Amino acid sequence: MLTALLVMSAIALALGAALGYSAIKLKVEGNPLADKIDAILPQTQCGQCGYPGCKPYAAAIAAGEADINRCPPGGEEGIRRLADLLGVEFKPFGGETAGPKARAVAFIDENACIGCTLCIQACPVDAIAGASKQMHTVITQECTGCELCVAPCPVNCISMVPLPQTPQTWKWQYPVYALVPVK
Amino acid sequence: MKTLHHFHGGVHPEQHKLESSALPSVCAPVPQRLILPLQQHLGTRAKAVVRAGDKVLKGQLLARAAGAMSAAIHAPTSGTVLSVDFHALPHPSGLPDLCAIIEADGEDLWAERAPCDFRAADRAELRAKLRDGGIVGLGGATFPAHLKFDCKPAREIRTLVLNGAECEPWITSDDRLMRERAAEIVRGIEILRYLASPGETLVGIEDNKPQAVTAMRQACANTGIEVVAVPTLYPTGGEKQLIKVLTGKEVPSGGYPLHVGVLCSNVATAYAAHRLINCGEPMISRLVTVTGSVRTPQNFEALLGTPIEELVKLAGGALPGSAGYILGGPMMGLHVSNGWLPVVKSTNCVIVKSPQLFPPLPPALPCIRCTRCADACPADLQPQELYWFAKSRNFDKIKNYHLFDCIECGACNYVCPSHIPLVQYFRFAKSELRALEHESAAAALARERYEYRQMRIERDKQEKAEKLAQKEKAALAARQSAPATGVSQDGSAQARIQAALERAREQAAAVKPKNMDSLTSQQQAEIAEIEARRAKARELAQGQASGKTEQATDEHG
Repeated sequence: MLTALLVMSAIALALGAALGYSAIKLKVEGNPLADKIDAILPQTQCGQCGYPGCKPYAAAIAAGEADINRCPPGGEEGIRRLADLLGVEFKPFGGETAGPKARAVAFIDENACIGCTLCIQACPVDAIAGASKQMHTVITQECTGCELCVAPCPVNCISMVPLPQTPQTWKWQYPVYALVPVK
Repeated sequence: MKTLHHFHGGVHPEQHKLESSALPSVCAPVPQRLILPLQQHLGTRAKAVVRAGDKVLKGQLLARAAGAMSAAIHAPTSGTVLSVDFHALPHPSGLPDLCAIIEADGEDLWAERAPCDFRAADRAELRAKLRDGGIVGLGGATFPAHLKFDCKPAREIRTLVLNGAECEPWITSDDRLMRERAAEIVRGIEILRYLASPGETLVGIEDNKPQAVTAMRQACANTGIEVVAVPTLYPTGGEKQLIKVLTGKEVPSGGYPLHVGVLCSNVATAYAAHRLINCGEPMISRLVTVTGSVRTPQNFEALLGTPIEELVKLAGGALPGSAGYILGGPMMGLHVSNGWLPVVKSTNCVIVKSPQLFPPLPPALPCIRCTRCADACPADLQPQELYWFAKSRNFDKIKNYHLFDCIECGACNYVCPSHIPLVQYFRFAKSELRALEHESAAAALARERYEYRQMRIERDKQEKAEKLAQKEKAALAARQSAPATGVSQDGSAQARIQAALERAREQAAAVKPKNMDSLTSQQQAEIAEIEARRAKARELAQGQASGKTEQATDEHG
């Protein structure tokens, strides 16, 4: 009886020590799930989800605080991939979140720009070049289309221009054909 | 006799080659107006070096290669550049792109041609010549030739394969080229051999072109180039399929022929390389088969930029009841309706469609999982599975089933008893996957820039805070080292205010009015008198003020 108790407690102690040791030694830095979610998000940093950037939104999804259908730039494909990763049902856009828009980039009307640098401070990816009292311009290749620069402009000289479709960016359409029942 | 191998699958569509292969090729006259797209190759669009109104000579550079993956475009005849503007392209999207439009002057004057002896030239120099001469793979993919031959020779290349299979039905341009210009092709092959230094050189030609095989065998005598007749089976002309048939080597999934020590090039590319290096003529024309529903199907040596309608007119015009064209063959070609599309480097055939020759497909029926497509697939894929995943937009899964090994040959479409447009689904899935890849690259860039910005803002904040802390520390140290100013050691706010007040008082005391010094006795008496008056006035004012307050209290009482 006593031997059995001793053996059991010895095993419990040994296993507890091993678990405690590994909990400290093998601790994973950061939140791996949030990182995986962040990798799916489009990184526009636009805040349309209600969080101040893609990473905070990813952390909120990982913590179960946010829905997966709040990222319009990610589109339905983004929701589908998030649903796949998290093992939850696909959820269409709706409620307070707007649906996805055509991809656009910011355009500064350089005749109207007064060089106030407010848009430069608003741009989350440093895609606007310019300096105080100098004309500003958008680096189109870097612009994510987040629209965060549009509101701060005091002279309303920034507009969002949809990207035109070219033979280089054109995509094959989903084949549509009618299924006809056999007579 | 060489032992030949088999690739998986393949189909036997009707050949329809005899219609156009009987007549010798004809040099098409220079059209009034030529349309030259600046992108006729895989990679980045060439950069225009001419402007509207410029006079150009035949063979003059119109657009230079922009970046590594690009090739130059030249003027096919002498004339005036009308504009460099957007024009419809022979592209499945039907979207316009930049084209140089040339009005021919009819003189067809050559610019200076500079042939060179390739054996005396450096390999890198030759490759640069190929790029600036606009030589691209003419088998259909239009991969820039200078990149294909950018390899460490001798060690890597065991076999150079020249593709003369021409397996697509209806097309006979390579057939006619090999029959009529075998010697020139061989001279071009010599250039490619010099670039790649292969162990062996094989020319693969399908055995439905016996005259081409004979002509090439004659031209290749005593050169070490072996001409092999391969069995007719669609798609033997696919690069990977022809390599498998000739060498037995299988190009790994997602790999290139270079990975198995083979380079494959079209015979028309070899001919174009010969024209460029040995004659100094850049890529400005090619053989084009005009066939289908036309009066006299035949091959034309057409200048690039010639509208396809002009070629159809030269072939006697379309027969009544024709509608639309196919650029390329019926298996892989591009169906278009616009006759003003230009001939480009990849245009090997123009088929005029008619409902009799190409009856519309019966409506598609559901997939019955018969796997005939899998039996026919030359890339050894499972088209029925790929179709399933493409239909449900399951892009991760479709990638695992090696979608990108699909060569879009259309063999699965051909055998499908339900007439499902399988290749359309695969093209859709491929372009979606490419777009996703592009988006994730853009997201990675945005993330990097966003994180750098956050880091920079944080760093600026920290630097500011540090500077402020340092300033305060320096000020404190200065005060501690100078106790004469009367600062108490505890340094509390109250004490500091007290000390500041004291300092102010001391300063005020130290500053005395200078006009009180050296006054006369009379002035001193005057000052005394004024002071006395002031004192009296002050007394009176005080008395009045106290009287007023007394009155106020009386009224209230």
